Amino acid sequence: MHISEGILSAPVLVTGAGLTAMAVGYSLKKMEHKEVPKVAILSSVFFVASLIHVPLGPSSVHLILNGIMGALLGWTAFPAILVALALQGVLFQFGGVTTLGVNTLNMALPAIICFYLFNKGIRSENNLIALILAFACGFLAVMLSGIMVAAALVFTGEPFMQVAKLVIIAHLPVMILEGVLTAFCIGFLRKVRPEILNV
Amino acid sequence: MIKEKFSEGDSFFHKLDPRVKIIVALLFSVIAAVSDKYTTLIGALFIAVIAVAVARLRTKEVISRLLVVNSFIFLLWLMLPFTFPGKNIYTLGSLGISQEGIKYALLITIKSNSIILAGIALLSTSSIFNLVHALRHLHFPDKLTQLFFFSYRYIHTIHSEYIRLNNALKIRGFKPQTNLHTYKTYAYLVGMMLVRSYDRSKRVYNAMLCRGFKGKFWTLNHFVFKKADFVAGIVMISCIVGLVLLP
Repeated sequence: MHISEGILSAPVLVTGAGLTAMAVGYSLKKMEHKEVPKVAILSSVFFVASLIHVPLGPSSVHLILNGIMGALLGWTAFPAILVALALQGVLFQFGGVTTLGVNTLNMALPAIICFYLFNKGIRSENNLIALILAFACGFLAVMLSGIMVAAALVFTGEPFMQVAKLVIIAHLPVMILEGVLTAFCIGFLRKVRPEILNV
Repeated sequence: MIKEKFSEGDSFFHKLDPRVKIIVALLFSVIAAVSDKYTTLIGALFIAVIAVAVARLRTKEVISRLLVVNSFIFLLWLMLPFTFPGKNIYTLGSLGISQEGIKYALLITIKSNSIILAGIALLSTSSIFNLVHALRHLHFPDKLTQLFFFSYRYIHTIHSEYIRLNNALKIRGFKPQTNLHTYKTYAYLVGMMLVRSYDRSKRVYNAMLCRGFKGKFWTLNHFVFKKADFVAGIVMISCIVGLVLLP
């Protein structure tokens, strides 16, 4: 979920922007030139996925997929997510210049945490273990994102506590959905094109 | 299709040097985001509305963008007046509506909308390619601007690939519902998009190597920084400084 412009306090915005700048700087340094097309095109997939609406009960939600991004890209998920969010800002006005740092951090940090936790697991020989861990990867990435969005709101001011709780509750069904989707998607990739996962 | 709906036109903002626009947009957004003064913020909203009017964009389109962006703000209006500590001005059942809460929600609404409107007038009136080109001139890291170029270039390709896959699903009678079959289908759709994108990125990189890519993009046509751009930049920055100095 994007946090709109004008809500967060200056310390939260500055912390988000600073941490994102450091992480993007670090991962750009590590990224080789030959990786540029791959990272960019996966960033486009992340952008397009956010336009896909999936029915959930009476309503619908759009895909997030930061778990898969983390699993496939590792550290380069940071610049990939930054680029996709910046393009969304200019094209659709979802989020803007001052919240770009916080919003990127909220999406990309969980992606990298999931990369370190499940990187090996989803490439495991055992199919069942890989699928269970892929579910956990998608689930946890969205859960952490939800918690970080809530934390950004609470750090801005105590009165946001209720809004923050609502944000977390709203993320609950999405976590399960993203977990299921990630499990199926990783299962698909393992069958169809294992070299994407370097299995 | 994904379109840069505001980037075509011949208004003042469409002609302005994108480098000036990026710097002014950044300064304006930061000032509006950290300010807590009503005079500054109302001034900022006023300037932003004028800027959008000067850019001569389609009003209907601008309003529809604002409505979508304000949905989160609407949620805050439903909650903040009840949760913000302060003087009760009205009691609704067991819930008290606080004056400070309403003031705070209003402050956020003004802030948010002025930043969005300024973004529409300043940034969305340039094409993405021009903005990224400007970022290169402003010494953004090479690899990051390359990511922007490629990513924007391939969003369209991948989006049409998605539409093609989605049409194939519709033709086969697929109706999205809340069930495992739907989620599996969407997961496979995303998986197929990933596979094709991965293959495409390999082809693109090989094509680049064939053309002698050594890690650097060369810029062939440069922006010309005109006197008018300089004057416009100074005027806009002084307006922003003026906003901060308002009592």
